[in-house]
Amino acid sequence: MAYVALADREQELSHPHSFLTKYIWSQDHKVIAIQYGLTAIAVGVVALILSVMMRLQLGFPDTFSLIHPSEYYQFVTMHGMIMVIYLLTALFLGGFGNYLIPLMVGARDMVFPYLNMLSYWFYLVSVIILMSSFFVTGGPTGAGWTLYPPQAIMQGTPGADAGIILMLVSLAVFIIAFTMGGLNYVTTVLQARTRGMTLMRMPLSVWGIFTATVLGLLAFPALLVSAIMMAFDKILGTSFFMPAIISLGEQTEYMGGSPVLFQHLFWFFGHPEVYIVALPAFGIVSDLLSTHARKNIFGYRMMVWAIVGIGGLSFIVWAHHMYVSGMNPYFGFFFATTTLIIAVPTAIKVYNWVLTLWQGDIHLTVPMLFAIAFIFTFIHGGLTGIFLGNVVVDLPLSDTYFVIAHFHMVMGVSPILVVFGAIYHWYPKMTGRMYNERLGQAHFWMTFLGTYSIYLPMHYLGFLGVPRRYYAYEGIEFIPQSAIELNAAITIAAIIVALTQIIFFVNMTWSLFKGKKADPNPWGSASLEWQTPDTPPIHGNWGPELPTVYRWAYDYSVPGADKDFISQDTAPSDTAPETNT
Amino acid sequence: MAEQALSNENTLTEGFAGIAEDWSADKQAFHVPWGKAMMWIFLLSDTFIFSCFLTGYMHVRMNTTVAWPFPSEVFALTVFGAHIPLILIAIMTFILISSSGTMAMAVNFGYRKNRKVTAALMAATALFGLSFVGMQAFEWTKLIEEGVRPWGNPFGAAQFGSAFFMITGFHGLHVSIGVIYLSVVAFKVYRGDFDRADNYEAVEIAGLYWHFVDLVWVFIFAFFYLW
Ligand code: HEM
Ligand SMILES: [Cu+2]
Repeated sequence: MAYVALADREQELSHPHSFLTKYIWSQDHKVIAIQYGLTAIAVGVVALILSVMMRLQLGFPDTFSLIHPSEYYQFVTMHGMIMVIYLLTALFLGGFGNYLIPLMVGARDMVFPYLNMLSYWFYLVSVIILMSSFFVTGGPTGAGWTLYPPQAIMQGTPGADAGIILMLVSLAVFIIAFTMGGLNYVTTVLQARTRGMTLMRMPLSVWGIFTATVLGLLAFPALLVSAIMMAFDKILGTSFFMPAIISLGEQTEYMGGSPVLFQHLFWFFGHPEVYIVALPAFGIVSDLLSTHARKNIFGYRMMVWAIVGIGGLSFIVWAHHMYVSGMNPYFGFFFATTTLIIAVPTAIKVYNWVLTLWQGDIHLTVPMLFAIAFIFTFIHGGLTGIFLGNVVVDLPLSDTYFVIAHFHMVMGVSPILVVFGAIYHWYPKMTGRMYNERLGQAHFWMTFLGTYSIYLPMHYLGFLGVPRRYYAYEGIEFIPQSAIELNAAITIAAIIVALTQIIFFVNMTWSLFKGKKADPNPWGSASLEWQTPDTPPIHGNWGPELPTVYRWAYDYSVPGADKDFISQDTAPSDTAPETNT
Repeated sequence: MAEQALSNENTLTEGFAGIAEDWSADKQAFHVPWGKAMMWIFLLSDTFIFSCFLTGYMHVRMNTTVAWPFPSEVFALTVFGAHIPLILIAIMTFILISSSGTMAMAVNFGYRKNRKVTAALMAATALFGLSFVGMQAFEWTKLIEEGVRPWGNPFGAAQFGSAFFMITGFHGLHVSIGVIYLSVVAFKVYRGDFDRADNYEAVEIAGLYWHFVDLVWVFIFAFFYLW
């Protein structure tokens, strides 16, 4: 049977009429994207508030006794888990993935819109379950975001009764939600591109999101399995992860299980997870840099292969999180080697970003500022990663603030900067209005400099040996008074950064109603999402006919062309000869 | 290049060049319907779930402090006075593999647009699946009566029961979902939905899922009962 491709076939779209089906139970990828985005940002704010509470405790332990030690653990756990999974993963894939993929590859919607809608509602349920754990007796789990057994499910750990179960259930529901969405993203990219949109003409944003989704589909299973096994240990009393152990002076029923198995399963998910939030950021930042520097991305093919290569390698480095777990030293050697190898494609990407800027016509718009800032923070976090990837260096630094500083730089601050850059960049497309430039600039500088003043000093604390996940540091001999004062300074910076986000929210809300009407393509961007007939794009995205693509997404400043960019749907005869081969 | 990308023909090149051509083409990387592509990707993801379960099981099995029960003893059945090891599981495996056969035939008749035979074969497949689940329920009951629990059992390491109930349970869930899924598709076939659409893709997609569940069973069988 001859199969008719999407571009050549009528697609049935749902035709919503009421407000409810248009904006609530919507199957339109753009509405779903915004629902995902707003929910993710809302939980992100919760996580931010938790981090400020922790910082207040660490910076001014005697002045603010807002939280108790067990609450500190709970906040650390919830902060970490929310930031990594419920904010960044959901925002990059459910939010930007949903919004950008169909527009960038020239489709009318995701391939299975109904499944896509379900994906969001499952995600919402998982968020509600997670949040409900704040209100049950014992509160949320305080096991740390890594949820290591045995302590995660033993009495004495905060939230060891209901909290941990809610966490595990919430994760399982999240994984179901992600799978429904992820299958859609991958199938749409592979199977529903428009005429002329070859894989090697896709913008790097799509490549990043696509590869990250594939990683998610292969890595989340390990988390699902470990969550199921841990729930069994907790509820049914099995001993998958539980060795014979004495708790509160009594021998427990557990016997013969393996805590290290959990660590392997968790990090088999956990490390690819780092790239699930990093790869979309890599892709998006490439597009921002290229557009606002009016230059084609340097080494497009290399960038694509680097994304794919990093994705593949990320599955064989997981045990670099387990150097202190007592592994066989040969394993440490293997995983240190693969970890350092992954630095090669990563470095290629960084060079290419810098070379894209080289001699570019750089417009320091707000998205561009965030994109350039990303290069700084990412290089910074990447370099400390090379330290930690080596077994001998990691051993003394493990579980200190050096690690906190490292991963906040590389997977906290860097992706968040890209998130902001991307929101500013696509805001005109999503809302049809411009944001306020001044507020945007203020937001950028305070966030960028603020986060640097939070995390730079933490490296130093780490060298001193200040341990992470501690509620208070008084009376610990090797920690000098100066370190305690430094902690107070870090807290002040953290509060400033947190308050700065108010500027962002004010800007976004105000501009939504009062912002200047935006041009359909204010940045002069060549990629397809800016060429929609309507701004914001309506249901179905393209007019009666799908666009045809003739070139890659990076034709900026082409010599001889009449504009300084040539959009992807410009036919070769209309303007200067095609540059991409 | 532009002209080439514009052509709509699905000309097929053989071998590696063909793969490269497919992947670098526009519109779609694989010449299959969306639903089928999606099912393949889902099954890949599901493979990782089962692999994690099985590796986890192997890991705990090799690390227990108490000896692992002897599977061919635990899974033996006394039929007409004869003590036969692994008899039930052999029958179950046989049934599930036969169901893959009827499923393959259903797909074949689907291609020929033979509505009634396709529906009948799918119903047969679902019935095979149902009897598999029934026998599994029987096996569970027997083991529970003998005192096997997720948290312990009289035969040896507690992890035996834990892993057994978890993994066969998860697989049994897949089979049960498959039975429902097949019944729905069979009903639609019978009602003539796919004749009207002139398209029996859905049968093939359901088949993919079913064969996968079968294949996974072979691994569970090998690692759990034969090891
Ligand atoms: C202004 C922003 C942020 C501040 C002030 C902040 C602060 C903190 C603090 C105080 C801790 C606990 C350190 C300890 O006692 O061990 C922590 C842990 C953590 N943070 Fe953040 N954070 C911020 C943003 C982020 C972001 C964006 C991410 C996203 C990846 C993130 C991920 C984590 C993780 C994974 C942990 C570890 C949790 C654990 O140890 O279980 N944070 N953060
Ligand atoms: Cu890692």
